[in-house]
Amino acid sequence: MFDVAIIGGGVVGGMIARTLSAYNLHICILEKERDVAMGATKANSAIVHAGFDAKEGSLKARLNVRGSEMMEQVTRELGVKYRRNGSLVIGFNGEDKKHLEELLVRGNENGVKGLRLLDRDEVQALEPNISESVTCALHAPTGAIVCPYELCIAAIGNAMDNGAALYRDFAVSSIKRTENGYEISRYNGETVFARYIVNAAGVFADEIARMAGDFSFSIHPRRGEYVLLDKECGGTVSHTIFRTPSKMGKGILVSPTVDNNLLLGPTSVDMEDKEEKETTAEGLALVMREASENLKIPVPFGKSITSFCGLRAVGNTGDFIINVHDGRFVNVAGIESPGLSASPAIAEYVLGLLTKHGLCLEKKADYNPIREPKHAFREASIEEKNAIIEKDPTYGRIICRCEQVTEGEILDAIRSNPTALDIDGVKRRTRSGMGRCQGGFCGPYVMELLAREYGTSMECVTKMGGGSVMVVGKTKGDLS
Amino acid sequence: MERELTCIICPRGCRMKVALEGKEVVSVEGNACPRGKTYAVTECTNPHRTVTSTVRCEDGSVLPVKTETTIAKADMEKCMREINAAVAKLPVSIGDVILSDVCGTRVIATANKNA
Amino acid sequence: MKKDLVIIGGGPAGMSAAIAAYEAGVRDMLILERDGALGGILQQCIHNGFGLHKFGEELTGPEYAWRYEKQVKELGIPYKLCTMVLSVSEDKVITATNPQDGVFEIEAKAIILAMGCRERPKGALNIAGERPAGIYSAGMAQKLVNMMGYMPGKDVVILGSGDIGLIMARRMTLEGAKVHAVCELMPYSGGLARNIEQCLNDFGIPLKLSHTVVKIHGKERLSGVTIAKVDERRRPIEGTEEYIPCDTLLLSVGLIPENELSKTAGVSLDRMTNGAVVDQDRETEIPGIFSCGNVLHVHDLVDYVSEEAEIAGLGAAAYIAGEEKKEISVFLRTDGKIRYTVPQRITAEKDVRVYFRVADVYRDVTVKVSCDGGTVLSKKKQKLAPGEMECVTVPASALEDGRELYFEVEGA
Repeated sequence: MFDVAIIGGGVVGGMIARTLSAYNLHICILEKERDVAMGATKANSAIVHAGFDAKEGSLKARLNVRGSEMMEQVTRELGVKYRRNGSLVIGFNGEDKKHLEELLVRGNENGVKGLRLLDRDEVQALEPNISESVTCALHAPTGAIVCPYELCIAAIGNAMDNGAALYRDFAVSSIKRTENGYEISRYNGETVFARYIVNAAGVFADEIARMAGDFSFSIHPRRGEYVLLDKECGGTVSHTIFRTPSKMGKGILVSPTVDNNLLLGPTSVDMEDKEEKETTAEGLALVMREASENLKIPVPFGKSITSFCGLRAVGNTGDFIINVHDGRFVNVAGIESPGLSASPAIAEYVLGLLTKHGLCLEKKADYNPIREPKHAFREASIEEKNAIIEKDPTYGRIICRCEQVTEGEILDAIRSNPTALDIDGVKRRTRSGMGRCQGGFCGPYVMELLAREYGTSMECVTKMGGGSVMVVGKTKGDLS
Repeated sequence: MERELTCIICPRGCRMKVALEGKEVVSVEGNACPRGKTYAVTECTNPHRTVTSTVRCEDGSVLPVKTETTIAKADMEKCMREINAAVAKLPVSIGDVILSDVCGTRVIATANKNA
Repeated sequence: MKKDLVIIGGGPAGMSAAIAAYEAGVRDMLILERDGALGGILQQCIHNGFGLHKFGEELTGPEYAWRYEKQVKELGIPYKLCTMVLSVSEDKVITATNPQDGVFEIEAKAIILAMGCRERPKGALNIAGERPAGIYSAGMAQKLVNMMGYMPGKDVVILGSGDIGLIMARRMTLEGAKVHAVCELMPYSGGLARNIEQCLNDFGIPLKLSHTVVKIHGKERLSGVTIAKVDERRRPIEGTEEYIPCDTLLLSVGLIPENELSKTAGVSLDRMTNGAVVDQDRETEIPGIFSCGNVLHVHDLVDYVSEEAEIAGLGAAAYIAGEEKKEISVFLRTDGKIRYTVPQRITAEKDVRVYFRVADVYRDVTVKVSCDGGTVLSKKKQKLAPGEMECVTVPASALEDGRELYFEVEGA
């Protein structure tokens, strides 16, 4: 019997798990995919928003500003890269300027610090590559960037190190109320009992709520497509560059990532299908067109290394939907942008709701909020590296040339919480295969390491679980 | 009858025109060297290819091999079947004979491999 | 550690350069190779067709590499395997790592960059659709099949008709897979004519020119691709879409010189070759740093890689010996129909072989080299194609300090 079962291993579920793991509680995360961070967490803008976007007084506004304040410490504890690079919302005309002035007022109201309107010259001085058609901008020095799946993996890893259980491939199919909690089942009949449920199921949160008898809200997916450019391009801009927002969202942004790639996107298309994550020719064309409008230099699309698509969970209320149903079922739904920014604050808020509804909190004596940074080796001095290599020579063998990832780091990703089970899992944890050759060189070596570590054949190694095998058999005619 | 051919003897890849009477080659045009003509004649009468592949070694790894001379193009499938059925004993040195009689030639190792 | 000469890369370029430098008297030298064996990418190129120009016989990749490896070993040229160079500084300090030595630095008098090239990945194409398993660069598939003995899949479509793609079409077919089509965006193939003949035509594999993949299907493993014809601006033409069920898509869409280390050293690069700007000795604009092979510009024949690497090896030996270069500076310019030349600059008054590539297919044209309006040389050509590297020899007499040589295609 768990005290709390968290449904959904995204950044929101992960942050909640980590927060709860500080207390003497039995907690578990039920993730329907084979790995964590597989939903909107995997594919979003990787931005810690300053907090001037959301309507004053809304939960979004409150939790965004609070989350943004907490993020620096959380990322430091979890050993996750974080950079306060500041953001600029750019305007091209008088109408945009009016809108920016409104945002400034709203931001101040929300408690965002340091907001300022810039004129053309100030924008150019700050970002020399910005389009000369830009006439004004709102500067938010507290805007930051973080890698969302790195944050999620670290949060869940830290929660697991502190005792939380992770159930993978656990697609919840039914939730039954029992005398003192819930019986949660998955399709193959396996069940988990828990006193409380936190529903952090992203685009599926409405379906999970309905299983528990809560029909009060609905979620629909909104597609966002992105293009990621080579690390050479990370210096194109230093701030996150937003366009003046419209009804459909914040428009195509141009932003460096913490790993110095350049990220362009997202599009914004309302969808029906919650599983459809295809990129489209039109979407990618739109990303390229709008990104080009933002800059005076040609966007180096030839340096594009990948494109991807994410589905944001849009609730029907316009705000985050965080409430308690039936005294024991906490909805954390509709966590669209600025969900990543707000995630530490959402966890804090959920903790409050659970206590209010009778969950007893008692600090865990041996709780350790620190997770060793996984990029420590990369950033170590030569002497420090050599001390590590002497103890473990696998750190001297580079597997991924583009990102200079060592065998030691890959083995660590395969062995530490939450363990990487497949090629994509290794990639998200180590960046192996995420560089300019996209795994062309390192792919076969990573396959060998996975097969060796899990004691399976190469034919069992997958890209992302299920039927996503990398090879179908041996050569020499055993191809059936 | 006339046939157009791309010579595969060297990277130059000459486009050649071959005039045929029945199966007999009457003339070859477009070849930059005499090897092209020889190729054109063989190609129109009894085309030949070198087969390169790998054989499985006793330790489960693979070793690159080739046919020592060209074989009839029609025999390629048969040649591959024999190569696929072979198991090489280690160690192997480059040039070692792996199969001594396949479609009228030998299959030899094209790399070294330790046990 | 200090060394007169460090060669980064133990493939065909690195080994040829090392041997040439050794023969020119350099002894205090070291080859750094990231793989577990010398030979570079040739190890996985088990097909024949190498060495015709250099040795007068048709060798397979491993055989060609062995000729050099044997020599390296016989001469006792030292090398370190499994050693990855992390950075090269402008003052020629190399930082590298391997499991035995850890991270270490070498101060080199001269450096030869011979890191080769890598394949252009799928990302650069931005094909719409899902992101399933089953999409590989042709080179990765080649490694899986030829080195590791595994089949990536059994129903294959290949995008791009570069030589590796063509070679893999045959290789996969021989191993029992069905190759349904090779799609090429351009109206001509980037591969050698002989490879189209013996890798596609021999097996009845269709080459679809002016076609591309517009959509990827399949959630976990690839289940098919939609291909379409493209117009003259390379945009897909609506209504020409065709769905091909397949479990494997191989990409052979171009090679890019791997110049990340050159960049850390501050070597200036040529936008057209994506390689360093070099002189006739293959010396970059940083004195003592040389570049050769596919890291300098992508070659279609390894024989020419070896030749070029020898030039770099000799250049490095002369640099180490302290030989002064004749101080002239002649820049080579092109008309765009000729995309680039290597070298881009000449600093010595001697006959120089200049290699070049063209931007499009041209028939019955003249390649002309001129200086200040005066023709230096002209050469009639039946056919020029982007896939085939060409060369001319510029005579010493045409070189004059401060002048430019202009390379153009006439009659196109």
